[in-house]
Formats: sequence, structure tokens, C-alpha cells
Amino acid sequence: MSIFKDKQYLRVNVDKAPDDSLWMKCKACGELVFKRRVRENSNICPSCGEYFFLTVEERIEMLVDADSFDNISKSIEADDPLHFVDRTSYQDRIEKAQGLTGLPDAIVVGRATITQSPVVLAVMDFRFIGGSMGSVMGEQICHGMETAIEDRCPFILVSSSGGARLQEGLFSLLQMAKTAAVRAKLAEAGLPFISIMTYPTSGGVQASIASLGDIIIAERGAMIGFAGRRVIQFTIAQELPADYQTDAFAFEHGAIDRVVQRANMREELSSLLGFFVEVA
Amino acid sequence: MSDERTLDLLETKIEELKQLNAMDGIDLSGEITKLEKKLVELRRKLYSNLSDWERVKIARNPKRPYALDYIKLMFDGFYEIHGDRMIGDDRALLTGLAQLDGRTVMLVAQQKGRTTEENKERYFGMTRPQGYRKAVRAMKLAERFSFPVVTLIDTPGAYPGVESEASNIGGAIAESLLAMSQLRTPIVSVVIGEGGSGGALAIGLADRVLMLENAVYSVITPEGAAAILWKEKDRSQEAAAALQLTAEHLLQLGLIDGVIPEPLGGAHKDFAMTVAALKPSVVGLLDELRSLGIDELLDARFRRYRAVGSFRELGTSHEASSSDEKVSSENEADAAIISNDSPDA
Repeated sequence: MSIFKDKQYLRVNVDKAPDDSLWMKCKACGELVFKRRVRENSNICPSCGEYFFLTVEERIEMLVDADSFDNISKSIEADDPLHFVDRTSYQDRIEKAQGLTGLPDAIVVGRATITQSPVVLAVMDFRFIGGSMGSVMGEQICHGMETAIEDRCPFILVSSSGGARLQEGLFSLLQMAKTAAVRAKLAEAGLPFISIMTYPTSGGVQASIASLGDIIIAERGAMIGFAGRRVIQFTIAQELPADYQTDAFAFEHGAIDRVVQRANMREELSSLLGFFVEVA
Repeated sequence: MSDERTLDLLETKIEELKQLNAMDGIDLSGEITKLEKKLVELRRKLYSNLSDWERVKIARNPKRPYALDYIKLMFDGFYEIHGDRMIGDDRALLTGLAQLDGRTVMLVAQQKGRTTEENKERYFGMTRPQGYRKAVRAMKLAERFSFPVVTLIDTPGAYPGVESEASNIGGAIAESLLAMSQLRTPIVSVVIGEGGSGGALAIGLADRVLMLENAVYSVITPEGAAAILWKEKDRSQEAAAALQLTAEHLLQLGLIDGVIPEPLGGAHKDFAMTVAALKPSVVGLLDELRSLGIDELLDARFRRYRAVGSFRELGTSHEASSSDEKVSSENEADAAIISNDSPDA
């Protein structure tokens, strides 16, 4: 995803493939760091504080009570409604992403508890075609919200997405409408929706479900915005400030409620959920 | 399109001959009839075989009727209302009350500019956060008085850039989608030109969605898709075809409800004829939607959007992809329509 490699963002590194080496080089500071220490440090460089991507598994493990996560994702995958082929076929891209991540698509939904409070949690994985939202992600998010309505518990969404999945054309765009429509049902049921924006939350995901949280929390280092830097320079050739679309920019302009360090996110959710105990 | 220009030239020549015919008393009527026939024939040939990319060009043609042209020809007594009550008034998205066939409707319409001056004022038709917030305000006003909402979609996309982001353009689009999904009055949307991604969908969550024959509606521009997926900007033609962004494709995919025919050569060839085709469709749909109870209407709207998507049971990929290869190109559209049926629907 070269579109996110712009130097002016906080840089983050995607582990393209797992390897067995004990050491890794931080691309931000160039320091050789012990992998286990990185993991113990919430996947943050112990030397310079750089945030690395979390896989779905790592993210879930960091947020919920140990062994409380029950994967309830629908057993579905993308079916390529447009028979889309660019330099490579969509079918191939999906299979590659599935091989890389071991996931059917860019999101996992499950029931879990956070300090004993039951929640439904949906987590995106950026490694899967940029965490893009196609029909499968739209369906899984709706399934998550509907499960929260059945269980009468809060819904938490952790976004990490470049936006709509281009290869499904208008089907992807309409997932914005679909998730918004189901989100309205969650509100009617009087249940809280906590939206967590991580690096990156942009395009069609930011312009729909992720921005519709009752409470919106950004993880430190998140990139938040609608149109990517390249789109802007391509369309209107505007000079962009260095802090553009950072967590600080979104916070300063009132687009989000809070910015939270990765290591504190579970505690943050735990105290926030405490306010909703009587509601859910 | 150079062919288009040749035809326009021929049309001008015929007009000249007609004037000559009237002036000098020389009888050229036989010639003129012949040429006119030829013109229609050539035009039909040219436009019966338009590529998707050529339709993108027509959809963006600045001579094409814009929202204000429809407002003038199709609606009566447009009473514009301005401003989002927070930041300002977006001139790329107009809202106001109007009469359609003798009944009050709320219009929410994206307006491009024709002159440089007008484009500056209207940001080339790109809606800003204050535009979407004004749209929500107008729609809620309509809801209070049970006026149906008609939206006319025509935008390259929401306006990107610092001022838009600073006013949370993504949040404004999301809030509009949420509001439309719950709006207790009928909504009909018409894509009259360019349906540019989230910026278009933001006023396009509706009970019925129509497209003009040469309008396009897409998750991304062909140029954007070419740059991101092909890594080459000049692959826009291929990208346009792959995205299936034309009215015909989207109707086949079951994602829109109807296609309004345009005059040969495009809507700009005859505004009145275009309006004559569109108006009865919109009036008819509003009558149909008004006849439903409001809860029934909202249920149907919810089910429509809840069901949208195309996916399959996990693990069926191998068989599906091998059987796909056997599907001939004529059958592909059918296959797509079948796969469009959500297991949940």
C-alpha cells in the first residue's frame, strides 16, 4: 500500500510475512530491536516509540479479557461480483490476502468481555487488501451490530482501513449506506457504539460507520481523514500541512473525542464501558 | 470525441443548406432530407456502441443539463433555502422547496458550474461539509411536513482538501447517510451526470434510485482506479469498463431501479426531451411511495440496504471460480445478478 508510505505521516511497518528471526530493524529509527521486547511493548518500538501494525489476533488479545473472545464471524468470503481484473485478478488478490493473514477477509467479529463487561467487538486487519471495505466487511459489521442488539451489549469497532474496496465497485460504496442503516437500529435499541480509529481510518470507512460512533477514540498515531494525500494533490494540488489527517489534527478540529496510547486502550474501554453498565 | 464533432459539423451544414433553401428558392429539400437521414443514422451508429469510457465523457460533458436546468424545466417555483446554520452556504449543493406536478417536494441537488467564474463559486461541483449539513437540515425540514425528498446527484466527488477535513467531511457524509436511512418521508434519487463516490452516495441513500442513460456512478473515478490499481493513469478506459459504472451495468447488477433514456447523442442534445422522459418516472415513483405507510416505507428502505452486497459461503471459492470460467460473457451479467442475492435477504 504505497499510498500510505508518505514520509510526513507517522510511519508504520507491515510485516509482509512472518519470519523466525529474533531481531527486527525498526524502519523509523533504524535501531535493531529484540522482537520479543517489541511484542511485550504493545508492538511499539522500545527504542523510538514507533507504533507497528497489529494483526487482528494481536489487537483482540490486547483489548479483551484473556480467552474471552469467541469468533462469531459469518462464514463468508468475497465472490467477485464484477469479475474484476486489473494488473492481477481480484480473485488472486483475495487468495493472496487470505494466505498472508489466514483470514477470510479484512475483519473479524466476536463476542468478548472487557473487565467482565460483555461486548461485541469487530476488528479490521490492514494487511488484507488495505483493510478495505467490500461486501464481506459490510456484512460482518452489520452482523456484529445485530448480535450486540440481540445480546443487549455495546458494540466496539476497531478500524484500520484505506476505504472502500475498489474491486467490488458500487457494491463496496453501498456498504457505507448499509452499515449506516444498521447503525441506526443499534441507536434505536439504545445500545452504545464505541468507534476506535487506528492507522489508517480513511475513505469510505471514515465517511460512514467509523464516524458514527457514540464515542470516537483514536489510537495515538492514527491517520484519520476522508481523501488521501495523493487524491488531494492529484485533484486540487493543494499544499498540505505536516500534521494533516493526524490524530492531533482530528482532535483539534473536533472530529474525535479522545486520543489514547495503545498500551492504555483496554483500560480506557474498561472505564468507558463502566458508564454504560445500566444501559446495556 | 472527434466523431461527435464531425456529426455536429454535418448538422451545421444541414442548417446552412436549409437557410439557402429558404432564401434563393432553389429546391434542396431532397438533399436535405437525405442528409438528415444520414445524420440520424450516423449518430445512432456512433451512440449505439458507446464504450463505458465514452459514457464517462458524456456524463462529464459541460453542455449536459445540470441540476438548475432540471429545476427550471421539471419543477415549478423553486424556493431556495440557504446555509447549514454553522459554517456557510455551499453553492455546489442546492436545497429548496419546489412543486413537482402540483405537489411540494424538497430538492437536494448538486450543481456544477459552466463558466470559470461559476466553477470557482461551485468548487467544480464538489460538495463540502457545509453542503452535506445543509442537505441534512433540508431533509429534516421536509420530514416535518411530510414533503418527499428528490435528490439530483452530479458531482466528481466530495471536496477534498484541508478546509474540508478541518470541518470533518467524512463525518458530514456519514451523518447524512444515517439521517437518510431514518428519514420518515419518501426519497427518490436521480444520478443526472457524475455519481462520484461517497460524495454522491451521501445524498443517494433513497427508496428509489434512477440514473440517466449516460450517467455514471462509481466507487472511484476511472482515473483514480487506474492510478491506484494499474499504477498507470492512461489505463482509465480499462478501469472504466472494469468498474461497471454505467447505468446499464448497475441496473443489471440490481443496484439501481431504473434507467432514463436520453436523446440520441446525450441529454445535452435536447433538454426538453430528457426532462420529458425523467419527469413522469419521478412523479410515478413518488406516487407509489406516498401510497405506502411510513413504517412500511422505512422497513422497505432498511431491507433494501441491509441486503446489498455480494459474497459467498466460505470455502466455495474453487468450484465457483472454475465454474465462472465456463460462463460466457453474455451470461456474466445474469451470474452477477444471482450472486447479488444476499443469503440474508
